[in-house]
Amino acid sequence: MEYLDIFLSASFWAATIRIACPLVFATLGELLCERAGVLNLGIEGIMTAGAMSGWLWVYNGGDLTTAVLFAALVGAAFGLLHAGFTVSLGLSQHVTGIGITLLASSLSYFIIKMLMPESTTPPKIESFTNWPVPGLSELPFVGAAFFNHTPLTYAAFLCVPLIMYVLYRTPWGLAVRIAGENPVSLEAQGINVIHIRTLAVMLGSALMAVGGAYLTISAFDAFYFGMINGRGWICVALVIFASWRPGKALLGALLFAGLDAFQVRMQQKMGAFIPYQFFLMIPYVLSIVAMIIVARRAEYPKALLKPWRKGERL
Amino acid sequence: MNEQVVLEISQVSKRFGKLSANENISLTLQQGEIIALLGENGAGKTTLMNILFGHYRADQGSIRVFGQSLSNHSPEDALQAGIGMVHQHFTLAENLTVLDNIMLGTEPLWSPISHRRKARKLLHDIASDAGLEVALDSKVRELTVGQRQRVEILKALYRNVRILILDEPTAVLTPQEVDDLFTLLRRMVEGGLSIIIISHKLQEVLSISDRVVVLRHGRVVGEASTDNVDRDQLAEMIVGRQIERPTAIPRVAGKNLLSLQRVSVHGSRSSRPLLDDVSLNVPASQITGIAGVSGNGQSVLADVLSGMRRIDSGEWLIDGHAVSTPTPKQLTTLGFARIPEDRHTHGVVGEMNLWENLMLDEIGNPPRWRAGLTLNRDAARTTAEGLVKQFDIRCSSTEQPAALLSGGNMQKLILARNLARKPRLILANQPTRGLDEGAIAAVHALLIEARDRGAGILLITEDLDELLRLADNVVVMHAGTLSEPLPANNLSQRELGLRMAGSH
Amino acid sequence: MRLELRESTPWWLTVLAPLVSILVSLLMASVLILWAGESAFAAFQSMFKGAFGSTFAITETLSRAIPLCLTGLAAAVAFRARFYNIGAEGQLYCGALAATILGTGWITLTPVLMIPLLFLAGAAAGGLALLLPWFLKTRVNVDEVVTTLLLNFIILLLVGYALEGPLKDPMSMGWPQAASIIDEGVLPALIPRSRLHAGAFAALLAAFFVWVLLRYSVFGFSVRALGLNPEAARHAGIPPARTLLLVALISGGLAGMAGVSEVAGLKGYLTLDLSPGFGYTGIAVAMLANLHPIGVVVSAIFLAGISVGADSMGRALGIPSYIADIMVATAVLSVLIGLMFCRYRLRRN
Repeated sequence: MEYLDIFLSASFWAATIRIACPLVFATLGELLCERAGVLNLGIEGIMTAGAMSGWLWVYNGGDLTTAVLFAALVGAAFGLLHAGFTVSLGLSQHVTGIGITLLASSLSYFIIKMLMPESTTPPKIESFTNWPVPGLSELPFVGAAFFNHTPLTYAAFLCVPLIMYVLYRTPWGLAVRIAGENPVSLEAQGINVIHIRTLAVMLGSALMAVGGAYLTISAFDAFYFGMINGRGWICVALVIFASWRPGKALLGALLFAGLDAFQVRMQQKMGAFIPYQFFLMIPYVLSIVAMIIVARRAEYPKALLKPWRKGERL
Repeated sequence: MNEQVVLEISQVSKRFGKLSANENISLTLQQGEIIALLGENGAGKTTLMNILFGHYRADQGSIRVFGQSLSNHSPEDALQAGIGMVHQHFTLAENLTVLDNIMLGTEPLWSPISHRRKARKLLHDIASDAGLEVALDSKVRELTVGQRQRVEILKALYRNVRILILDEPTAVLTPQEVDDLFTLLRRMVEGGLSIIIISHKLQEVLSISDRVVVLRHGRVVGEASTDNVDRDQLAEMIVGRQIERPTAIPRVAGKNLLSLQRVSVHGSRSSRPLLDDVSLNVPASQITGIAGVSGNGQSVLADVLSGMRRIDSGEWLIDGHAVSTPTPKQLTTLGFARIPEDRHTHGVVGEMNLWENLMLDEIGNPPRWRAGLTLNRDAARTTAEGLVKQFDIRCSSTEQPAALLSGGNMQKLILARNLARKPRLILANQPTRGLDEGAIAAVHALLIEARDRGAGILLITEDLDELLRLADNVVVMHAGTLSEPLPANNLSQRELGLRMAGSH
Repeated sequence: MRLELRESTPWWLTVLAPLVSILVSLLMASVLILWAGESAFAAFQSMFKGAFGSTFAITETLSRAIPLCLTGLAAAVAFRARFYNIGAEGQLYCGALAATILGTGWITLTPVLMIPLLFLAGAAAGGLALLLPWFLKTRVNVDEVVTTLLLNFIILLLVGYALEGPLKDPMSMGWPQAASIIDEGVLPALIPRSRLHAGAFAALLAAFFVWVLLRYSVFGFSVRALGLNPEAARHAGIPPARTLLLVALISGGLAGMAGVSEVAGLKGYLTLDLSPGFGYTGIAVAMLANLHPIGVVVSAIFLAGISVGADSMGRALGIPSYIADIMVATAVLSVLIGLMFCRYRLRRN
């Protein structure tokens, strides 16, 4: 019975939504990159850079909306770097991604340390406040659970239909999907594969950075070292779990966040019997399990990881 | 017939380093005409088309389309000018729908909306005018090769193409599908389209084209109205000198080396099994041919026979004894050689040297390995030098990466590696695909020689001429099933075609 | 312009590539140092002094190079087979965990037996940690990159649990740390009063062993063929799953040895901050060495120098020592381009 209580509390559902948001942004970002044929393992570092830059912007007196844009811009810049290596030059997507993760996170930490050499915990900022949806937020239970969140939270969920529309209902989205399946057919239509892929990686990276920024300027109000803590890698697993579909990605992120929120509450109830480390392990274990579940029928974008060079098969 | 010139290529030349790929090529195409562009691999057809489409820049010469000059143009300009191409390897994304594939690139890239409903309606009209019905919402991977080709043609028509270029359009079709295609092409020509067909299949070319243009070593060596030439004249123009493909003299079949009995392989998702209760014998001293339209299970069968894929039911018999599915290594030990369909992905490790590639399936065996453990470089190089000479592999040295070999020489390398061991059985999957006449004759001679030595050969090929010339027996593959073996000497291409299409 | 595969690579290019990429990373660092308001020259001078300027500095650098050499070898072996083991960090901790379990009094042998036993146990633990990713990759078709990355977090949490629970040193006054390795298991110091320990021999021996293995053995040849074209290698009869199993055991084993060497040589006991990311830096070490085992030794010493030097520069000039990681990352990215030019040449169309 006491487990059921967890699901009956609005705070559990609100927490689920909050935990899901950075995952939704970043998973959509990774999905966009992979749909164009590029595995972006820079995700962990780009999220760190987004978290840092969003926080820094506000700390320096910028407002919250432009902070999101600034984080996106920083993410896009790392995306451009990634694409320069993996798309223009066709270099190893694995090594480039790991290199960019290392570069982006160490640069972020360096900058924080430069600006605040003394403090061990960076100062707090005024982060996004909740914006109750008029009317809906007054509904019992549902209102508190789903309609009393920060604007960036609603933005995360609006991103899902937006990305779906772009991918499935615009000419550019079609080009992105084909870039990840058979880039030769883009070339045959006179469409520049390099441009399509580069832009997709930049946009995807921008989304990852916004996912990171969500942590510092919406979920919390400060930047901590190691705050991304593997969320990026979890998103890479979620993309596979979602079979590269935005709708399923949302579902995966919510499922995941729900289990995470549940885990925290279980920890409070069961903490005396089971060491907390095992609860903290759950997200990582689940990510591996999720990949195993879909492995047999995973339909990878055909051109994923395959560099493309002009005129290679014509 | 309308005498308007729609395409005029004059004096086009293109060099790559020392190689002259195109030299002073001139060609005109008139409205409503079908031209056949003939030539061997490497004769310059592909280069010419790449220049026409703006993938390459010509060193000199000019191109005029509908009277307008086209120079320093991009692929987009070529499309704008009304030129469309159906490539031999279709440029379709398999996991996307037909509609998606057709609409790619037809709308401004940055348009926020895609007019899919309008496109659907327009496509419907075009398709019914041309007699080209395709289900717009099915995924391309669900379509047969013939249907995919129709998608490519529909794609071109949707772009208002007025000059259509077809690269080897019949390579993957059954004779009946070829007839359908030609009917379609004739109907489209009557509607005002002009067509260039690039091909090396003479008989078909003669039946569809109005005019033939022959390229050799980058030059136009012959041009004639189709009514005025015959097959032999054309063949000589194409090759220059007469190259005889060797013919196999029938032999008496030996013992069964390998049998598959009631073997099935299930796909991961499709409801239909990839191999459906297949039985097959490969006797010694015989060439057993497998005919079939590509995509009917030949690749799966080849994967099974080369130890790359497990079977779900049925059994393997080797020398009459039931065995469990052998690994590739075990097959090598048994004396079973495998020539893979795709040289680049399955045949060689492109970045390794020739001598390393020549020992790829001999890992651990003396003399190239001491005590089965450490590499003996000198022995490996010496053996490689010998094979390079014996099989006439043209290369700068055995140290060069295999990726730099030409298609024919790469195939010779794979044959050298496989035949040096004097195998008892050879699985040859599309052994001459993409090779020029000289190389084809060499490969055929090697296969016949191996058979005459007593080896059993299983030949999977889409080239019916090759099949009927070499095979002692033919088995037809259709929808994952195999027919009974038929003696090759009283089979016609026509009959084979009917069987390949699934009607007996 | 297009890229064309070279017929052969001149030897000087393979040396030049890492050198140029190091130059690029120095340039990148200069920009940051200038931003910090220091002179780049003074900073690099301070860095060089801190890394190689005295006997003490050199021994510090060399002792930092030991784990980097081992994790670098781990990455080199795995990456040659295109088995992307990004989990050296976790495998390192597994090795350290095994050494801690065995080496804190559970058994006592003479040092001649005890030390090899600890390395063996650590290597076994590290290798075992890669078995799951190997199994998932070869049998279930799950990408090893993500599984090895995620396992790092899981293993670190397990170690955290062990240090607060079963392995906690009762004398540690509440700190999450394990008991000290017994004297018989401690790697002796090579130079008195320095931290440089006998783990250096283990690292050198491992590099030599890996070099011989990759260059002369059937396994080495198979690994290279499998890495360059898995389909062709399989078709020719090289068993991918079996070869990758050995790759996984060796790669994980080397990373596990790094953990043993840190616990039994440098720190003396296991804590949660045993490794400041040696597993990840190992990838950079391997890339800078173009996956060559002997090159790994050189590049490990070099990157160790950067990190030791950056620490000392940080203390002297107040520049955050994260600059070392930035330099490492820049070097990895630029060496990718350098190595491309080793394999391809530029040709005009």
